Amino acid sequence: MTTTPLLRVRALHKTFGDHAVLRGIDLDVMPRDRIAILGASGSGKSTLLRCLNFMELPSAGTVELGGQAIGRAAPGKADPDRRTYDQAELTRVRQRVGMVFQQFNLFPHMTALGNVMEGLRTVRGQRESEARARAQVELARVGLADKADAYPARLSGGQKQRVAIARALAMDPEVLLFDEPTSALDPELVGEVLRVIRALAEEGRTMLLVTHEIGFAYHVANRVVFLADGVIHEQGTPDEVLKHPTQPRTRAFVERHREFDF
Amino acid sequence: MHVWNFAPVWANADLLALGLLNTLKVTGAALAFGIPLGLVLALMRLSPSRLLAWPAVAVIEVFRTTPPLVQLFWFFFALPILLKVEMTPYVAAVLTFSIESAAFFAEVFRGGIVSVERGQWEAARALGMAPRQVMRRVVLPQAVKRMIPAFLERAIELMKTTTLVAIISYADLLFQTNEVAQKTFRPLEVFTVTALIYFFVIFAASTVVRGVERRLAVSGEGMAR
Amino acid sequence: MAAAYRWNFAPVFENADVLWAGAIGTLRLFAICVVLGFGFGLVVGLGRHAKSRWIYLPATAFVEFFRNTPVLVQILWFYYALPILLPFEISPLTAAALGISLNSAAFSAEIFRGGIESIDRSQAEAARALGMTAAQAMRRVVLPQALRRMVPALTNRGIEIFKMTTLASAVAYVELLQQGKLLASLNFNPIETYTVIAIVFFLCLLPMVQATYALERRLGRADA
Repeated sequence: MTTTPLLRVRALHKTFGDHAVLRGIDLDVMPRDRIAILGASGSGKSTLLRCLNFMELPSAGTVELGGQAIGRAAPGKADPDRRTYDQAELTRVRQRVGMVFQQFNLFPHMTALGNVMEGLRTVRGQRESEARARAQVELARVGLADKADAYPARLSGGQKQRVAIARALAMDPEVLLFDEPTSALDPELVGEVLRVIRALAEEGRTMLLVTHEIGFAYHVANRVVFLADGVIHEQGTPDEVLKHPTQPRTRAFVERHREFDF
Repeated sequence: MHVWNFAPVWANADLLALGLLNTLKVTGAALAFGIPLGLVLALMRLSPSRLLAWPAVAVIEVFRTTPPLVQLFWFFFALPILLKVEMTPYVAAVLTFSIESAAFFAEVFRGGIVSVERGQWEAARALGMAPRQVMRRVVLPQAVKRMIPAFLERAIELMKTTTLVAIISYADLLFQTNEVAQKTFRPLEVFTVTALIYFFVIFAASTVVRGVERRLAVSGEGMAR
Repeated sequence: MAAAYRWNFAPVFENADVLWAGAIGTLRLFAICVVLGFGFGLVVGLGRHAKSRWIYLPATAFVEFFRNTPVLVQILWFYYALPILLPFEISPLTAAALGISLNSAAFSAEIFRGGIESIDRSQAEAARALGMTAAQAMRRVVLPQALRRMVPALTNRGIEIFKMTTLASAVAYVELLQQGKLLASLNFNPIETYTVIAIVFFLCLLPMVQATYALERRLGRADA
């Protein structure tokens, strides 16, 4: 049985100035996939993720969402692969793809509830009461119903990140993108966030997770992608990539993170 | 040894009061137009479209890099001939100082907007907000709080700058002072009183601003200076 | 639709010598006010930083008074009011120079004070620990570092002083705008005259303004 991939990436390139970060990525994300993206610093993990919701515009290659390629081909003499992107279309894409940031990026002038409601009210145009009700459900889902009226300044890092997750969930995204969600957290706060992400994974949410938490990736992901030098060096199931890597670089990377006991 | 005599000054207090009122009128009007215009200019300046950004830059740079008195003269003496309209000192003053203060306010706005960290912009866009919504719901609310001290300082500057209207014979406090001085032959007393009036009004305003700055800093919402 | 205005710059350029005399006057006034303003401002700024109440309070009073009164009021006071108290006349240049310099001294005093106080106290302490007197510590260690940080603010102040010289026209001092007024009334061409004046000021100040932007950027990087 073939299903259309939810997200399909073809020949994705991204260059900053004269520094080529992504050098040709092909990736299919099927519904219910939980893909962990691993790699050394500078391997392009975050850049790849950010291209998926067009926070970065690809230099070349295509991203398809639900079978539809985003952007328009506009081949020029110097660059036959050029694509142009229309702001309105990107805005619509981002309503279907949710992102959770390393630095949380909560809106400090709104309460936790306000943050979660914001997308519903401003983007989906829902009424205050509708948005509020839905936001309360999402906050409860991440275990922060009692913090609804707290401002972000009063929340711990772990709480802030959970609110950020609730904010993304409220938009009913087809795909969730996690950009190193626990890297900015104190160690004792990491667990509460990972628990929430794990629960979402078990519900069957489609997600891509850029993370340094190898152990977590092993338990939660159904696919692991290892990036090196801007290309996918190795991919497969967690067992394949993390327990029995075939490529020497993958092996070296896993060795370096040996302290994570699988 | 000069014998100070303030009696003639008090006798003409009503003229001075009228002048003070007019000073506040011009300052108020210039602020009322200048602040919204400053926001428009700042947004144009930040716009990715060159068609919007360049005219904004031109207006801002020209009005910040030329003396206000030259601007005032141009609007009062030159513009009416160009446009073939009547020009009163009041209109010239409000026109000049609205645009001049807008040029400075634009930089305050721009500084405030730019100071809101990129992550806020990204998070809002990631939710699927259009740029205009991002500005309205996320960036501007945060920027404005940080800009309040700079705004108030600019407003006080404006109050001092509007004294220039006396030169084109608008009956502000300074103009009235000159009138009363000529009338009473007591320039020392009159000008001293006026200087003190300006001092107390502006000093009071400055003190309020400093209080606002302190309260904003305590609540953690002010900009670190 | 009435006919558009026909611009004619010839009369302005024919009287370039008149404008040049004004430019000289502007530059002279500018130079005086920068030297006096910054010089006295440094003294007052140090005074504001002093521990003794006898120095600190008068310095503060000076700064508060001259920052919170409009420059034009100060100039006119010196021109119309001061001569009453003194046995001699005050020339337009003196009145304008006094007003603008004292005003600038008050503003630059705050810049100097801010710059000095922004240098970590540990710097002064280290200097004192080496055996320097307070004055030596200030001169050799604190001020040199502070001056670097204050340059953008001082350049801004310099630009403001340049713009303020036009106020001297209110007491008929021969500077650029005053000459412009003269020409405009003689030739009945305010549009061309004032446009030229505005352009001259713009061209003179633009390099200073751009330099300030560049300085702010470089200092921002160096300080990090």
